[in-house]
Amino acid sequence: MSDQAKSVADSSPSAPTPAPQPGSASPASMPSAKAEVAFDIQDLSIFYGKTQAIKNVHLQIPAMSVTAIIGPSGCGKSTALRALNRMHELTPGARHTGKILMKGEDLYGPHVDATVVRRRVGMVFQKSNPFPTLSISENVLVGLRLNGVRDKAFLNQRLEESLRMSALWDEVKDSLNRPGTSLSGGQQQRLCIARALAVRPEILLMDEPCSALDPIATAKVEELIHALKSQYTVVIVTHNMQQAARVSENTAFFYMGSLIEFGPTEQIFMNPKNPQTEAYVSGRFG
Amino acid sequence: MITASNPSLPATAADLPEPKRWGDRLFKTITFLSAAMVGVGFLLVAYVLIQGAWPAIKLYGWSFLSNTHWNPVTDNYGALPFIVGTLVTSLIALLIAVPLSVGTAIFLTDLAPLWMRQPLTSVIEMLAAVPSVIWGLWGLFVLMPWLHDVPYTWLNKHFSFIPLFAGPIEGSGACILTAGIIVAIMILPIVTSVSREILRSVPDLQREAAYGLGATRWEVTRIAVLSYARRGLMGAAVLGLGRALGETMAVTMVVGNSPKIHASLLQPGWTLASVIANQFGEASGEIQRSVLYEIGLVLVGVTILVNIGALILIKSIETPGSRRT
Ligand SMILES: Nc1ncnc2c1ncn2[C@@H]1O[C@H](COP(=O)(O)OP(=O)(O)O)[C@@H](O)[C@H]1O
Ligand SMILES: [Mg+2]
Repeated sequence: MSDQAKSVADSSPSAPTPAPQPGSASPASMPSAKAEVAFDIQDLSIFYGKTQAIKNVHLQIPAMSVTAIIGPSGCGKSTALRALNRMHELTPGARHTGKILMKGEDLYGPHVDATVVRRRVGMVFQKSNPFPTLSISENVLVGLRLNGVRDKAFLNQRLEESLRMSALWDEVKDSLNRPGTSLSGGQQQRLCIARALAVRPEILLMDEPCSALDPIATAKVEELIHALKSQYTVVIVTHNMQQAARVSENTAFFYMGSLIEFGPTEQIFMNPKNPQTEAYVSGRFG
Repeated sequence: MITASNPSLPATAADLPEPKRWGDRLFKTITFLSAAMVGVGFLLVAYVLIQGAWPAIKLYGWSFLSNTHWNPVTDNYGALPFIVGTLVTSLIALLIAVPLSVGTAIFLTDLAPLWMRQPLTSVIEMLAAVPSVIWGLWGLFVLMPWLHDVPYTWLNKHFSFIPLFAGPIEGSGACILTAGIIVAIMILPIVTSVSREILRSVPDLQREAAYGLGATRWEVTRIAVLSYARRGLMGAAVLGLGRALGETMAVTMVVGNSPKIHASLLQPGWTLASVIANQFGEASGEIQRSVLYEIGLVLVGVTILVNIGALILIKSIETPGSRRT
């Protein structure tokens, strides 16, 4: 209970209904029957030992757009996100039932290799985690190197492209050989984004990527997410409802492991259908 | 609920009583005394060793370190065979023990099924507590005869043209290599358990970063775990090295106790620590006794030098940026 209270207090202190910023959720980007589906989640339940963290979730995440997952602490946002690249399997004792189709393919099919899934579905974590023994450029290129890419010219080009995409190039182009951990917190997080982008994943998962960042760094990352959505499917977990309103086209609201409501961001924030959603987005929690 | 109207309670932090400082001072004094005791202890040991070794130091000077003879009849003593024996057995022990320990530690922290980790860890910690002399007995009666009959005989038959494996091999199997292997087995548990602690301290977020890029288990171990922990692991190796240099009883039982320098690992040798244990009781005459003190002094010196060298090596491990790409 106190967790929920805290999360509400964190995300909307004065409890206004956050107004989506212009352009972030235009009617054209609303999900429609025609929109391509990146993830088709069917009756997904996830357990940690005996506790059930995700309860019978059905959800279709559209491709080439930004989908936000919101909800109070402990409601299962991270768990749901990590199921999308099979990261939750690394937690001892975690198991799931139900199905996730990625572009029509069963993510958990018997012949599907989790490492291949994670190459196609990149991830950015809540705390930045560059590899401390690698330089800035080595951090960005580590995924390609793992895939056996050796071509110098190609690597250099990818390095620059990825750092430009994550809006870090101008800040680091003269110090590419310095340790990744020598950067500031916000720069490190953008380095991690560049690292995830360097392998050109089809989908990018972000778990509260700005929660440890100052407002300026947060704005940079949000700009970046905006820029990405023309080419990428982005799923972002956020604690911060204003952020969800600013960056996403669609929003899923989770509460106690269940998906309560999913729809265009504008509708979720301005005109929620479910009273629990209404209570959460307006800062009252009922 | 505390209210300002209660006169016995301070209204602001400025009204709080002065913090009590005597606890701080006591704590500081106790920690200082403990640290000082370690220093005093070391000085005492050094004093006793130097005093005992003084006649030998005066007699032989620096040549003691480079003299390869050990002849109690003519009182011609040198430390070089023992220095070489100590360094070579320790090096063999490290070469065998460190990869095995780190491998075991990786298995225990990242690969073994959950139910297996705790029992295995306990077994390893128990092995670390087995006394040296027990390992020596086991080495003497079980390991050494087998080593002689199988690997040594084979090595000597097929590879005796390599000086390292030249014969003739002792019938008992006592040799430098046997001592190295026994010491390796003895330092395995401690190096493993320290390595395991170090690997456990690698943040899971590092592992997840690698998994998130689609790394396989081995790749995660390589790019996220081992590289993060490499300095700590080298520290674990140095700890093992310290033990190896000073290991006494078990080595005495299997090294062959021969004060000669051979190129071959299959020939008997001797170490600084084991010659002291072996000869001190029956040292005849003042000179021999003093020489053994000096051997002790040399052992301390070698240990310190090797540790300093290892620390410099660890410090100098390249950090990104020190290298051009
Ligand atoms: N590794 C874990 N082991 C056991 N329970 C966990 C683990 N991770 C999360 N949980 C539980 O699952 C629920 C959902 O957690 P999480 O997905 O992290 O929530 P959120 O990201 O929304 O804060 C919580 O009740 C949490 O206690
Ligand atoms: Mg979370």
